[in-house]
Amino acid sequence: MRWLGFARQLTGKRHFWSLAMLALLLAYNLVRDPHFFAISMYDGHLTGSLVDILVRGAPLLIISMGLTLVVATHGIDISVGAVVAISGAVAAALIGGQLSGETGMGEVTRFALPVVITGALGLALLLGIWNGTLVAYFGLQPIIATLILLGIGRGVAQLITDGQIITIYYSPYAFFGRGFLLGLPFSLFIVAAVAAVLTLLTRKTALGLFIEAIGDNPVASRLAGVRARTITVAVYAVCSLCAGIAGVIGSSNLMSADGNNAGLWIELDAILAVVLGGTPLSGGKFSLAGSVMGALIIQTLATTILSAHVAPEITLVVKGIVVFIVSILQSERIKMLLGSNRQDPTRTKGTPG
Amino acid sequence: MSNTPMTDARPVLEMKGITKHFPGVRALSAVDLRLLPGEVHALMGQNGAGKSTLVKVLTGVHPPDSGQLLLEGHEIKPQSPLDAQKLGISTVYQEVNLCPNLSVAENIFLGRGGTSNVAIRWKEMRRKAEVLLADLNVHIDVTALLSSYPLAVQQMVAIARSLTAQTGGAAEVGTKILILDEPTSSLAEDEVKMLFLVIRRLKAQGIAILFITHFLNQAFEISDRFTVLRNGQRVGEYPVAELSRMDLIVKMVGKEIAEVGLDRAARAAATTSDKPAPAAFLETHGLGKKGSVSGIDLAVLPGQAVGIAGLLGSGRTETARLLFGIDRADQGTMTIDGKPVRFSAPLDAIVHGLGFCPEDRKSEGIIAELSIRENIILALQCKRGIFRNLSRARQDEIASSYIALLGIKTADASVPISKLSGGNQQKALLARWLATDPRMLILDEPTRGIDVGAKVEIMAQVMSLCDKGMAVVFASSEMGEILGYADRVVVMRDRTKVGEMPAAGTDERAVFQIIAGG
Repeated sequence: MRWLGFARQLTGKRHFWSLAMLALLLAYNLVRDPHFFAISMYDGHLTGSLVDILVRGAPLLIISMGLTLVVATHGIDISVGAVVAISGAVAAALIGGQLSGETGMGEVTRFALPVVITGALGLALLLGIWNGTLVAYFGLQPIIATLILLGIGRGVAQLITDGQIITIYYSPYAFFGRGFLLGLPFSLFIVAAVAAVLTLLTRKTALGLFIEAIGDNPVASRLAGVRARTITVAVYAVCSLCAGIAGVIGSSNLMSADGNNAGLWIELDAILAVVLGGTPLSGGKFSLAGSVMGALIIQTLATTILSAHVAPEITLVVKGIVVFIVSILQSERIKMLLGSNRQDPTRTKGTPG
Repeated sequence: MSNTPMTDARPVLEMKGITKHFPGVRALSAVDLRLLPGEVHALMGQNGAGKSTLVKVLTGVHPPDSGQLLLEGHEIKPQSPLDAQKLGISTVYQEVNLCPNLSVAENIFLGRGGTSNVAIRWKEMRRKAEVLLADLNVHIDVTALLSSYPLAVQQMVAIARSLTAQTGGAAEVGTKILILDEPTSSLAEDEVKMLFLVIRRLKAQGIAILFITHFLNQAFEISDRFTVLRNGQRVGEYPVAELSRMDLIVKMVGKEIAEVGLDRAARAAATTSDKPAPAAFLETHGLGKKGSVSGIDLAVLPGQAVGIAGLLGSGRTETARLLFGIDRADQGTMTIDGKPVRFSAPLDAIVHGLGFCPEDRKSEGIIAELSIRENIILALQCKRGIFRNLSRARQDEIASSYIALLGIKTADASVPISKLSGGNQQKALLARWLATDPRMLILDEPTRGIDVGAKVEIMAQVMSLCDKGMAVVFASSEMGEILGYADRVVVMRDRTKVGEMPAAGTDERAVFQIIAGG
């Protein structure tokens, strides 16, 4: 029975089930379309289904990483979709919707690109500080605190764009969502940069330890000297900043800002990605890599459903089933049943507040 | 039982030879308790004396291992609180166990069976609630939410609820015995007066009241007789008039001085006399916080151990919390090395060289999911700041050195701290503070709930650092611990400091005298 023991050890590994699900999805695609893994150079740019998944998933990947930190503090941020809309709207408004040249694309912008980006991301950061302040200093429950911004955010985005869908004609702005660098889509560099910065912040400073401590036991953390409030605000600010970056990428990709639909429902996908990645909603130990994997599963699934021509009316059901399977397999109870986890599932964490 | 003057009254309740074991502990051994109709009987004893176990036996939460319960001469065996209630034994707990978001009337009758079999008759319920409360001299709008009333009124509502008869059976049984478990611990003074009025009213109706409190004044004010428990045994039953405050405390606490005492006091007296006293590390003048403690004057010298004595609720913990900046002081001043300081968070205190081991290890000490290593280095990392990260190698080095120093029993510093036993968790928490190289360590009940071996090891470690110049402030309910380890004893009563003396040459009686208020 040595193989059984090995199987147990394997399935007990932290990201086993999400990796397995990702592999399964990719394998299904490979069977259906033998060229699925093919990556080719076209016009000096890498193209292929895998590249597509990554590019389309860039906003979700970035938001999931930011949200991971919030969830680790036993919080949640459901306003990320609204922030996506707002940052896109701010960028569009700062560029201005002027048409120029014969092609319709041109070099006209009201403000220089650095100002546009700083404006869009700066507002996203401020909104994050607002969320964090409501949670840390006013004691609002995170879901309520961020529900406020979820509610008014799209209204704010429409105010910024005067209720219109602004088309962006300033061609350099397209680089963030459509551009290529060294043959690779530029948005992937942004994803990599966010991942690198967050990993460094949480693993090379004590931030990761403090976040986990707050998520697990805020009272004891404060008594041990953790500045719980400051860190909570910072974490919401980072999460919102990530949403802002996603908003810039998204609006750059579409070259328009749509206050109503940009980033719609992305908060739900991001929460799913975090949970699939193994960070419990009750806070504590978190995994950025896990969330990346979770986001990739969701994006691959979306692409698979589209390319498999699943009828639109059952698309959501298929998605739901996949999420259900991964969540169940990752639950402590199932792990106990499979005998691959030595932890006691009945052990409840101290989750005050 | 021999010296009660009311031997002619037939007891409404007799508990005879109640013994109760829990795994590894004998919570009660052959305890007797008698309640007379129309008396207020105070059940007195320290934490862990067995008061709550006795109440739980009486209310059917725990069946006794042996012993008898006689209610009006008939043996009863309550199986659950509901069962006990049906027999006429009701309880009001310390924390108001009601639903703040329901109306007063709903709270009184919730789960008590409707007034009809099908629907709730709201009008009748309201009327009944008003009558019940009027009986207690409480006149309020019973349709208002419970949470809109002050705590004292909520307590009255809880009492009214406990007096409503169980309508589950055929015959309605009125309340014969009312147990009040720490009813006054969160009440203001005038609210306590209001409660006592109600108690006297119920007493006049012939209800026997079992009153559990940590406040000696109140026990003396309202009670007719005391039953004192210590270490699960009955010390005796006494009419209030026959017992002085001092006698009561000695009976509650016991006389024996803990043998683990290092008798620092005597040594300190011998060694410090030829040296000039060093300047105080930490000094407070009139330190206090509204609603908490007030008027705390302290001076803690380097290398000195100050013990804070006092009964539960006297303000020991609150004082420790103020010193460490957990609660923000709004009265008085504090200086460190002669310089004024004002702490708004524990980190401020940590930066000034303080450390704090809380009383409640689980909720305020350990961070259960994190590893032993992370728990140990957490305070040091906070002191260094977020960007001066301790390398993994340095963390391992610190953790393993303290694991060895304090004898923490674990094979691996990377397992979650929740896997350790209580005593080892406490050692890890001590390690957390020792790693910050503190100049003063505050310990609140440092040895609560851990075994004797770990207790001695922890205190020995702390005292050896104290000998090397670290200041120590520790609050304890164990007088033996205070007199054994402290150089100076600060005595608290009613949330203020009432006395201070050197531990050398002080005996327990003198401290109890001050605790009792002269």
